[in-house]
Amino acid sequence: MREAFVNATINLLDEDPRVALVLADISADAFAEAARTHRDRVLNVGIREQLMVSVAGGLALTGLRPIVHSYAPFVVERAWEQVKLDVDHQGVGAVVATIGASYDASASGRTHLSPGDVALIDTLDGWTVRVPGHADEVGPLLRAAAGDDSRVYLRLSTQTNARAVATGTDGRLTVVRPAGGDEVVVAVGPTLDAVLAATEGLDVTVAYTHTPRPFDVTGLRSLATGPTPAVAIVEPYLAGTSARIIADALRDRPHRLAALGVGRADLHRYGTPAEHASAHGLDTAGLRRSLVEFLGR
Amino acid sequence: MTVLTADLARLTGDEKHSPSAYSTLDVLWVLYDRVLRISPETRDDPERDYFLLSKGHGPAAFYAVLAEKGFVPADWLDGMGRWDSPLGHHPDRLLVPGVEISSGSLGHGLPLGAGVALGLRAQGLLKPRVYVLVGDAELDEGSNHEAIAYAGAVGLDSLTVIVVDNQSATHGWSDGIASRFTVNGWSAVTAWGRDHDQIEAGLRQHRPGRPHVFVAVTEPKWGA
Repeated sequence: MREAFVNATINLLDEDPRVALVLADISADAFAEAARTHRDRVLNVGIREQLMVSVAGGLALTGLRPIVHSYAPFVVERAWEQVKLDVDHQGVGAVVATIGASYDASASGRTHLSPGDVALIDTLDGWTVRVPGHADEVGPLLRAAAGDDSRVYLRLSTQTNARAVATGTDGRLTVVRPAGGDEVVVAVGPTLDAVLAATEGLDVTVAYTHTPRPFDVTGLRSLATGPTPAVAIVEPYLAGTSARIIADALRDRPHRLAALGVGRADLHRYGTPAEHASAHGLDTAGLRRSLVEFLGR
Repeated sequence: MTVLTADLARLTGDEKHSPSAYSTLDVLWVLYDRVLRISPETRDDPERDYFLLSKGHGPAAFYAVLAEKGFVPADWLDGMGRWDSPLGHHPDRLLVPGVEISSGSLGHGLPLGAGVALGLRAQGLLKPRVYVLVGDAELDEGSNHEAIAYAGAVGLDSLTVIVVDNQSATHGWSDGIASRFTVNGWSAVTAWGRDHDQIEAGLRQHRPGRPHVFVAVTEPKWGA
């Protein structure tokens, strides 16, 4: 996904004089040539994440379309007040494109983990949150984001599904595996393959989205029908991040909800992303345990 | 300046303030009266100068100057901070014509100003200057120092920072405020922040290839 992001960004810099990229050393090598071509629009401020986000806000105040890029915890958590005040509160837009989603950098430890990024962004109003599940979904999402002045969080990950499901940008729920009943499992971004494996033979609808914000409420309501629908959502970031949206979407009907995702505990563990997925119950076996219990199979 | 005193009284409801009660007042007046290429008619012109008030607390002097220069109606000065007033105790750029940034939390204006200067340069707009006003205590915020180091390193010469120094930083600035900038390649002038000619001269002494800082020294906030 990072490579797809780099390629798409370079193309946008070449095509659109409004697009600017602000870096804080992370990924600077990948943009070295673009920085020579577009000296005034590829800005590496050094290891200064607060400045990186503020500069993006300043660029947007002059009418440019900034893309900010770094590790998720260094943008969203370290420079959180800059995101909140220097972009959002100023009433300007930016594309915040991060790598290092959740436990991608598992061997680096807690300092490089960011399961809470989407929950933090979700404390603000009107942001579009894109969580692609495959590299082929990245380019169209970035291109759409660069084309307007809205506030967009693009969450890139080394976790990926085997195939791209939705290369469109409308963000609607895509039914990947239909079933007859009123039970649905929503997989966000790179959780889809594990969700499909975990629900094999369970006769439950599996739907996919790479766009948790704005969440496709209409699509969910059309799938979660019947007298007491059951909805499970599996998110590759903090568990429960979208629970409030789904609860509100179904407030007119009795329903059951399971919100699965990354736990809050600091595990103080290194290892692989797969080991972290397992620890958070997000591998196939863990998801199957949770979903079988929730669906009463 | 006399009329500003009346405006300040209107804003604060206190008749006793003299202009010197406001550390930023003289600098703001000189900026808007003599230096900034901006008016109510050109406030959205891409070629205008930008003034960013980073020290967003205590904005009464700023509002008074904006009213005197016609950016906002004088009757806005009544009721600052009320629910239906566009003038808050920290300015909001979405509510007040002529206010370039919403400020309040310290240490945001200078990094934002660096971004504005870079954005203008990237669009070939080389005439506008970007002025950012900060307080000496505000410089405590580390985010300023990210911007000071970077702007100096890349020679961001359309940027001017005004530090209003009323000696209110808890731990002070040994060797002076200007040294924090000059060590990073900025040009610097320190002068008395009540003398309008000195202020104007200090603001105009920017040079090609370097960002510029003007340190406007005023009476100590807590007394000598």
